Amino acid sequence: MKYITEYRDAELVKKTISQIQATVTRPWTLMEICGGQTHSIIRHGLDQLLPSEVELVHGPGCPVCVTPLELIDKALAIASQPDVIFTSYGDMLRVPGSHGDLFSVRAEGGDVRVVYSPLDALKIARENPEKEVVFFAIGFETTAPANVMSVLQAQRLGLENYSILVSHVCVPPAIRAILGSPLNRVEGFLAAGHVCTVMGYWEYLPLASEYQIPITVTGFEPLDIAQGILATLEMLENGQVAVKNAYKRLVTQQGNQSAQKIIAQVFEECDRKWRGIGTIPHSGWRLRPEFAQFNAEEKFNVQDIQAEESPLCIAGEILQGLKKPRQCSAFGVECTPEHPLGATMVSDEGACAAYYNYRLGD
Amino acid sequence: MCLGVPGKITEIYEIEGLKMGQLDFSGVTRETCLEYVPEAEVGQYALVHVGFAINLLEEEEAQETLALIREVIAAGEPDTSEVSEVSGYS
Ligand code: SF4
Repeated sequence: MKYITEYRDAELVKKTISQIQATVTRPWTLMEICGGQTHSIIRHGLDQLLPSEVELVHGPGCPVCVTPLELIDKALAIASQPDVIFTSYGDMLRVPGSHGDLFSVRAEGGDVRVVYSPLDALKIARENPEKEVVFFAIGFETTAPANVMSVLQAQRLGLENYSILVSHVCVPPAIRAILGSPLNRVEGFLAAGHVCTVMGYWEYLPLASEYQIPITVTGFEPLDIAQGILATLEMLENGQVAVKNAYKRLVTQQGNQSAQKIIAQVFEECDRKWRGIGTIPHSGWRLRPEFAQFNAEEKFNVQDIQAEESPLCIAGEILQGLKKPRQCSAFGVECTPEHPLGATMVSDEGACAAYYNYRLGD
Repeated sequence: MCLGVPGKITEIYEIEGLKMGQLDFSGVTRETCLEYVPEAEVGQYALVHVGFAINLLEEEEAQETLALIREVIAAGEPDTSEVSEVSGYS
């Protein structure tokens, strides 16, 4: 497949790994921000090909994993209501809330439907004017363009039975939180290529200079990731602090400006709680007050739901790069993809599920 | 969900004020919203997330990057600084 096959060329990947070996003179710890990259790294065994000096820690960039428990509980509360069709991306259905998940709501007769895009949810709203249709709008900067467009289109079409339950998070404040922690071990970042496709990497320039940390915008195929690691290690070895772009076929410094413009028209910045990590200031987006009629939290009056995490789950530490899945006593025992205790075991992009699916034998 | 996929634009049209298109993903065709890539033309490749094209793929950049990687590897130089752009911060 064009733009994919070339970047899976085993020869080129191996050669890049040799270059990495030739570059590294001391131990370094890098973090890949995005869960899609974690999945690709573990699936292709890239971490095992790297010289022992290079440690990859897995970042918080999996939207399913960081959507806070109370948002799941709010989704369950809304989806259980009789005149509601609750729509969501498939991976959210198994994410455990305080009591059950969206699958269990469906088993009890709730109308929960999996959609591929928020535009599908919009279509369901038009076809079912007597029902309230709610879309679970989760994600990072990558899904925001789709979610905001669905709201604008609902407004344009005068759809009064469509609303979204928003749990949007942004990458740069999370990087800031990780770097600001006294426990931080990360010395270089692989920034998430598709987040930067939308947002560009202008936001990362002040971060790199403030924290004196090299950052490389990195794609998702094995060759992309190997090149991102190489570029970051070269900066570290040379004592250089910069933002490099190793994903130029999609990313520019300014990003997709028409998407950024529409996002800013519909969303505003807010503090956001990250599952397992806690509240990170200015790390989320919510609907602007002008779009209140599309805000499911207000429409269904669920703003006040609060929740507590399972005490066994250490997903928060895993998402901050402090621990690896195998350090969790529940990993593979009480917690499996079939019976997840925490969200990092649910999604393919979650570190616990990636280790469970590809590394259980190790 | 963050794993966007590149698809080839085979048709462009409008539905209720939105620029839409058919995109081919290795034989599977899917309707995709093209509002965020207003300059898109049939034949180009776009990266798609949850039903929306979030950018077009730069054919030239892609070829150039691959050529550079191959060149650097052939020369055995551990320096790929040309591959990535240093954005003037140090
Ligand atoms: S293995 Fe399960 S319980 Fe342990 S950290 Fe991962 S998701 Fe949480």
